[in-house]
Amino acid sequence: MWDRNQMAARAAQELQDGWYVNLGIGIPTLVVNYIPEGVNVTLQSENGMLGMGPFPFEGDEDADLINAGKQTITELPQTAYFDSAQSFAMIRGGKIAMAILGAMEVSETGDLANWMIPGKLVKGMGGAMDLVAGVGRVVVVMDHTNKAGESKVLKACTLPLTGKRVVNRIISNMGVLDVVEGGLRIVQLADGVTEAELRAATEATIVG
Amino acid sequence: MNKIYPNAAAALDGLLFDGMTIASGGFGLCGIPELLIAAIRDAGTKSLTVASNNAGVDGFGLGQLLETRQVKKMISSYVGENAEFMRQYLSGELELEFNPQGTLAERMRAGGAGIPGFYTATGVGTVIAEGKDVKVFNGREYILETGIIADLSIVKAWKADPSGNLVFRKTARNFNPPAATCGKVCVVEVEEIVPLGSLDPDTIHLPGIYVHRLIQGAHEKRIEQRTTRKREAAQ
Repeated sequence: MWDRNQMAARAAQELQDGWYVNLGIGIPTLVVNYIPEGVNVTLQSENGMLGMGPFPFEGDEDADLINAGKQTITELPQTAYFDSAQSFAMIRGGKIAMAILGAMEVSETGDLANWMIPGKLVKGMGGAMDLVAGVGRVVVVMDHTNKAGESKVLKACTLPLTGKRVVNRIISNMGVLDVVEGGLRIVQLADGVTEAELRAATEATIVG
Repeated sequence: MNKIYPNAAAALDGLLFDGMTIASGGFGLCGIPELLIAAIRDAGTKSLTVASNNAGVDGFGLGQLLETRQVKKMISSYVGENAEFMRQYLSGELELEFNPQGTLAERMRAGGAGIPGFYTATGVGTVIAEGKDVKVFNGREYILETGIIADLSIVKAWKADPSGNLVFRKTARNFNPPAATCGKVCVVEVEEIVPLGSLDPDTIHLPGIYVHRLIQGAHEKRIEQRTTRKREAAQ
């Protein structure tokens, strides 16, 4: 099984040189620590920034410079700022090559649920619905099962959707699966996970 | 025409009424019009509909208008940082219309640009699409969203000149320009009003045509998540 950092490291291998990328909150944020040598990506923060830098040194925090998770960050030599309307114009317009997002549930047709648990968690979708509708490729990073051991990789999502038929690839603690015609295809098994274990933990149809 | 007012209360004089719709700039607590929000709290205007990406935190930003029960409805994309908001929403005291973040920004931009509606793929197949017109373009489904026209826009910028030309700073720009454009009246608070001619016309982010009233003031600029890294001796 992969831990959070191993999942992030695996997700970082999805990145290609020259891409503009949006990383979601949570495990996707860790991806930045594992970007391969020689791969130059520009991170977009949907609150209005391209070229997001690391956290500031203590004492250098700037209230006017935050990421979409409201954390203080820094700028880089290539940084550009813009307003929210332009930020989502580039997202909807397909200019962002990839988004790496967290997920509560994913279905075998690529439906994603990651923004709401009715009656329990009502925080909002933020920019997630725009991202999954607009970016070139959507990769989700998630735990394969919930705390009770039930699959979160389902035939159909039970939670309200963030997007329908939007996920291209799932990176879970148990491996990597692609959304293909007819269901999910196993791309890779996590360290120490057997194909039988992955299949048993997956409610969705696995093809091939 | 003079656009400069002595303080937030004076700048809002005659503009506030119960049941009005207000569009506010800001993302989290970054770039929020904190002085104008405090003045609206002090004015006690009720039954407000507020279009803002977030709802502030308990005790600061728009959270202050929730504590005083001045807000009837929020139009937002993310309200996770506000316990009082949750309480009022779950008990049915507060209406909430979730808009995807980019849809909210574009609704403001469209409202200010004379575009009554637009089609977007965002939210297709989700609860956001319920009751909305669906149209197929080039084989893909899109839903109809409407432009927002607010009675009042409240905005925070970094610098302004007396004609209302605005310059924002870093990610504090966020929703401020689209919010500014969609109000019938737009009131702006800045950290500094600079003399006419001292802003390079090529670097103005929002032209003064959108700005009706202007104040300068001291801003707390509270940080929501202070994240840092350690300075290392050897690099």
